Amino acid sequence: MDLLLPLITMGTLGFLFSLGLVFAYKKLRVYEDPKIEKVAELLPQTNCGACGYAGCRAFAEAVVKGETTPNSCPVGDEESVKQIAETLGITAAEVIKKMARLHCRGTHEAAKDRGTYFGISTCDAAHLIGGNKQCSYGCLHFGDCARACPFDAIYMSEEGLPVVIEDKCTACGKCVEACSRNLFELHPTSQEVIVFCRSLDRGAVSKKVCKNSCIACGICSRACPEAIVIENNLAIITDYKKIDPEKIPDIEKCPTEAIGRLKKEDEG
Amino acid sequence: MELVAIFISAILINNFVLHYFLGICPFLGVSKKIDSALSMGLAVTFVMTITAVVSWVINHWILMPHGLDYLQIVSFILVIASLVQLVEMFIRKISPPLYQALGIYLPLITTNCAIFFLALMAALRNYGFVQSVIFGFGSGLGFTLAIILMAGIREQLEMADVPEPFKGAAITLIVAGIMALAFFGFSGMIK
Repeated sequence: MDLLLPLITMGTLGFLFSLGLVFAYKKLRVYEDPKIEKVAELLPQTNCGACGYAGCRAFAEAVVKGETTPNSCPVGDEESVKQIAETLGITAAEVIKKMARLHCRGTHEAAKDRGTYFGISTCDAAHLIGGNKQCSYGCLHFGDCARACPFDAIYMSEEGLPVVIEDKCTACGKCVEACSRNLFELHPTSQEVIVFCRSLDRGAVSKKVCKNSCIACGICSRACPEAIVIENNLAIITDYKKIDPEKIPDIEKCPTEAIGRLKKEDEG
Repeated sequence: MELVAIFISAILINNFVLHYFLGICPFLGVSKKIDSALSMGLAVTFVMTITAVVSWVINHWILMPHGLDYLQIVSFILVIASLVQLVEMFIRKISPPLYQALGIYLPLITTNCAIFFLALMAALRNYGFVQSVIFGFGSGLGFTLAIILMAGIREQLEMADVPEPFKGAAITLIVAGIMALAFFGFSGMIK
């Protein structure tokens, strides 16, 4: 009898509470598509926000709802996009792998200093007072981009420029935002020729401040007029797809190496 | 008058977090932003108040008349766990972002020593029904007060130039310690 009373008491209490919970569950249940969980698992879980949604989970919800497509996640690789598409029973669009590329070759050696900078060592701070280099368009060398990269894909080379490691770069675009001088752009990895300068100074001026600046001589645009134009003292590639691979050697005749393919030292 | 004393005592003088050091886990875990800290505080207050009501009913109507006092711990755990489940379902229904913000700390209220302490303390001190409820509600408010103060300080700390070795958990614990010291000034005002 001594044993029975506590047993019955606890049993009844437990039963009553669970009954209450069952009732509450029926009232308060939130239906969630099980697909969301599956898609979320396949995503990179970096929560970088590069897709434009609050995080990987929010992106998964949007994909399941059909608001966006699986390949809108710039971080995910082809394999995961394919799996997500399979989970949802839709066909996956092709993924073009992109990565961040720096549009400047103003190394410590090439770009001349404006003076000695003693301020806070971030690009943002240096940019406020016009930068530590004579060139007012180029890299400031303080590595705001490397600190902003959530994937450790950028390091500062000894020459002073950020180097993007292709294998690690996911094209999330954090460095594009972080650069005070907008020197980063996302390009397909397959794209070879890039202009490594953003200076709008006249050739005479830009040549004085940096050895590797675009002096707008027009050698590249003459070599490939259908894809390259000179505008505001700067070579601009208007359509990357129109660059004929055979013409690349001619384009690379650039006297200041401000346009061309990536060199060994540019790649991580 | 006695009820007022219990109420004030639970909020300020014998604050659960800063006097007894109970419920430190959500106190440190969810105190990064005032918004989520307030929600956490309200969730705890709700659970505490209802726990005080239900555990008093169970204790005085079921356990004590039958001499089953030794079942207090087990049955209080049952009460708290069920209530937290209820709160969790409710928050998930009305505000998914809040549910995400509270994260693991919401189900962790279940094993929050502060709430358990409340139920056991009310039983131990032989509080009447109204006293229990006031005690529970006051303790909840005390927790809310502590966690909001903490969140306010931590929001300011985000901007502060904290020395490298103190960043993160270290400075948070130091702040908690200093807050406890400040609240120590209230001690002894009401026995």
